[in-house]
Amino acid sequence: MGIIRSLSQLLLVCCLILPAVAAAQVDDSEAQQLLTALAESSFKEKKDVVNRIASSGDERARPWLEAYGDNKLARIESSGEFVIVLKNRGRDWTVESAITGDNLGEISRRDIDTIRVNNALRNELEGILSVIDLKSPDEENRLTAARALKGSVDDTLAERLPEFIAAEESDAVQAALTEALAIYRVEEQGDVSAVATLSGSLNSEARAALQQAQNSDDPALAAAAAKAMESIEQKLKMNRAAETLYFGLSLGSVLVLAAIGLAITFGVMGVINMAHGELIMLGAYTTWGMQQLLPGQPGLALILSIPAGFLVAALAGIAIERTVIQHLKGRPLETLLATFGVSLILQQLVRTVISPLNRTVITPDWMSGSVMINEGLSLTLNRMYVIGFALVVFAGLMLIMRKTRLGLEVRAVTQNRAMARSMGIKATKVDILTFGLGSGVAGLAGVALSQITNVGPNLGQSYIIDSFMVVVFGGVGNLWGTLLAGLSLGTINQLLEPWAGAVLAKILVLVLIILFIQKRPRGLFPQKGRAAEG
Amino acid sequence: MTIKKHVKLGLSALALSVSLHTVAAEDPIKVGILHSLSGTMAISESTLKDTMLMLIEKQNEEGGINGRMLEPVVVDPASNWPLFAEKARELLAKEKVDVIFGNWTSVSRKSVLPVVEELNGLLFYPVQYEGEESSENVFYTGAAPNQQAIPAVDYLMNDIGVERWVLAGTDYVYPRTTNKILETYLKDKGVAAEDIMINYTPFGHSNWQSIVSDIKKFGSAGKKTAVVSTINGDANVPFYRELGNQGIDAADIPVVAFSVGEQELSGIDTGPLVGHLAAWNYFMSVDNDANYDFIDAWVGYTGNEEAVTNDPMEAHYIGFNMYVEAVKKAGTTDVDAVKDAIIGVSVPNLTGGYATMMPNHHITKPVLIGEIQDNGQFSVVWETASTVAGDAWSDFLPGSKDLISDWRKPLFCGNFNVVSGTCGGKSDVASN
Repeated sequence: MGIIRSLSQLLLVCCLILPAVAAAQVDDSEAQQLLTALAESSFKEKKDVVNRIASSGDERARPWLEAYGDNKLARIESSGEFVIVLKNRGRDWTVESAITGDNLGEISRRDIDTIRVNNALRNELEGILSVIDLKSPDEENRLTAARALKGSVDDTLAERLPEFIAAEESDAVQAALTEALAIYRVEEQGDVSAVATLSGSLNSEARAALQQAQNSDDPALAAAAAKAMESIEQKLKMNRAAETLYFGLSLGSVLVLAAIGLAITFGVMGVINMAHGELIMLGAYTTWGMQQLLPGQPGLALILSIPAGFLVAALAGIAIERTVIQHLKGRPLETLLATFGVSLILQQLVRTVISPLNRTVITPDWMSGSVMINEGLSLTLNRMYVIGFALVVFAGLMLIMRKTRLGLEVRAVTQNRAMARSMGIKATKVDILTFGLGSGVAGLAGVALSQITNVGPNLGQSYIIDSFMVVVFGGVGNLWGTLLAGLSLGTINQLLEPWAGAVLAKILVLVLIILFIQKRPRGLFPQKGRAAEG
Repeated sequence: MTIKKHVKLGLSALALSVSLHTVAAEDPIKVGILHSLSGTMAISESTLKDTMLMLIEKQNEEGGINGRMLEPVVVDPASNWPLFAEKARELLAKEKVDVIFGNWTSVSRKSVLPVVEELNGLLFYPVQYEGEESSENVFYTGAAPNQQAIPAVDYLMNDIGVERWVLAGTDYVYPRTTNKILETYLKDKGVAAEDIMINYTPFGHSNWQSIVSDIKKFGSAGKKTAVVSTINGDANVPFYRELGNQGIDAADIPVVAFSVGEQELSGIDTGPLVGHLAAWNYFMSVDNDANYDFIDAWVGYTGNEEAVTNDPMEAHYIGFNMYVEAVKKAGTTDVDAVKDAIIGVSVPNLTGGYATMMPNHHITKPVLIGEIQDNGQFSVVWETASTVAGDAWSDFLPGSKDLISDWRKPLFCGNFNVVSGTCGGKSDVASN
């Protein structure tokens, strides 16, 4: 796709003229003229004006174009002065003069006319900036720029590319540029020798070029392209498999996180807590609250939210246990109804006290974006953190249940309450702590979920059914079962989704579980021995 | 906190109407507000309730209508579709309201429809919907598909050069009908079946990984691809987040959304979404004094500097002003008189033009396409040359292409078949 049609002149301008005459300035009236032209022309004409600005050689050109691409280049209606908007929220915007660079303070939004930009122009701007960036001293910048060039090389650039490649020090950038050039050669010139370079490439532009070459009239080219495609398809298949596995694991880890708290309260204590989802929600809102307390430090706030979310949810859970659940011991149906009521109360409480609207939880920089494994496969970072977090929480919980006094007492009380009490264990205290622990873990799930889904009053509802499903499937009372059930349900769901669609995949998973429960009513890992008779 | 404020405001509005009661000899005009204040839809609908209260308060400050004050009657249908019908009945039969402003989802409208028709009420419905309906008692101030979806697709096809289409939606009536219309429309325009991918997801879907990856794969076939999204409400946030994380740039695969407005964007970091599109009939960023006044009034009313306005709010603004004009014109709040008087009424919209109530109870609207900016606002990149009149019955569905709606006498029919020359009778015969 010819993203940068007019790259020809641009390249010459940016690579030859710009460095030589970097200090060249257009005078202020000329600058005003250029920007006026940009403001007043139609989208089609704007393209030419952008190119004229880029080729003006003025050192302000780059900030102008960058601001323009970000929708931050504007004109003051009353004075006709051009400004770069620094802050564009609220009713008064902070601006600085585009020509002199003076800070003009806050100006009412009514008086500011933003110069309109659209995707096509933004593309053009990106192209211009990436050609400039090929000369950047920073290797990262050069690499991004070189990758952006794939599929958008034109005749003039192609002539100059070998020079760039020869001068390039970094192997990665060199390879990217070589590939960009090869794509051009295959696509535009039908060059058989360039096909070899593309063989095994996972870039979608390279694939498009080869696909086109496959249908070419030149049999040698078509055959070479077909062979190259074959190797690509092979790699793609592997990629797809790896990707699906990752998606499955990540969905699974979300399920595990949401369910593991329930595995304690429901699985170990036998309390059907319908407000479990709302405890998750409280954890998510704690993250939001933390970010409000520490503005500008979303990462630190997120880390602090981990203990805070645990505490808030644990305290809320203990409050529920003390006020409602302890009075309904041994009456599961009433517990179910009462906790369902609690869940509605909590939801509406959040709605009236905070807001019915979703809250923005900022994802810290180190958690957004993805890790590129190869050009066809990148793994999203936030999901990766969630997988890790789920495993850590699971391990922590296992440790508590297996290695601590509390864990021992919990197991004792749940296996035989009367016996445990006669051994001197305070059953009530254990109840409180267990419920608090399960609720706290739900809070932790909320902290993690705030990074991948909406933080709003309905957050909990979407996870409560899934959580019960995982716990029942895994075998009530078994933490390992919960882990395995969560991960396998996630993976099955993601395997089904591509061909069955999201709605049907969900239904199929549900049917699968029902069938499984028919066969093995106690789940994957049924409890054995006396505890099973509970 | 907000509730308290609203109670206070409501009380002051009441106090105002009471104190002026002696001046205005007549009873107040009762305005029913039927929007969910709790449950899943509260996120969208509670803002509309506040909008109505603000509009009523302002109208009362200006002396009401024909010397009569307005009195809001707020009920909470709690996002529960059957409860909508009950609450509508309560408003009409018990509270005896003169007009109702309300509903968001199509299913809630369908639930209220028989009640409003039975008790001969007036309902102003402010949200874009799938069309295929025209009721004597309902005024549709949101967009019909020809005022939103079709122009958006035209824009993508003609201005962006899109050749491959992903129609992604939430699995319920509005996306399904809209996508059916779009699919027929695209095929009429010569798009091959293999260049259209249709995908439905459940309400509140949050795990978009494999769908986004499918879209990415679908879009890497060498043809320019776009996603037309009728994904509703909350599910948009994780969808856009996943798009950003998987590196789908608006320049590669633009997403044009019909249900994402300023309010939905206020819940996300819009940095990675810059350039994705939305089609509406109003954007908060529209450069127009009437709009700025409305925003100032809204910010003043909510007391929140960051408060945003959106398309359904404008629809209520238009609908309310139309009602006011119609009552003035008719000189009474009698439902039948207002119904007749309102057809042809023109009031200013917030984008610098006028909205007119058409005989089919839909209004004229400009169509705007906006690109998301990093401040959560839209920058308008395209708009129709003039306003477009809403079409109740789509020309692209086999069951409805011959139907027209005209609530003027002598035709007075919501689904007149121009081929057979008969009136279908009930308000929504076409299956939807």
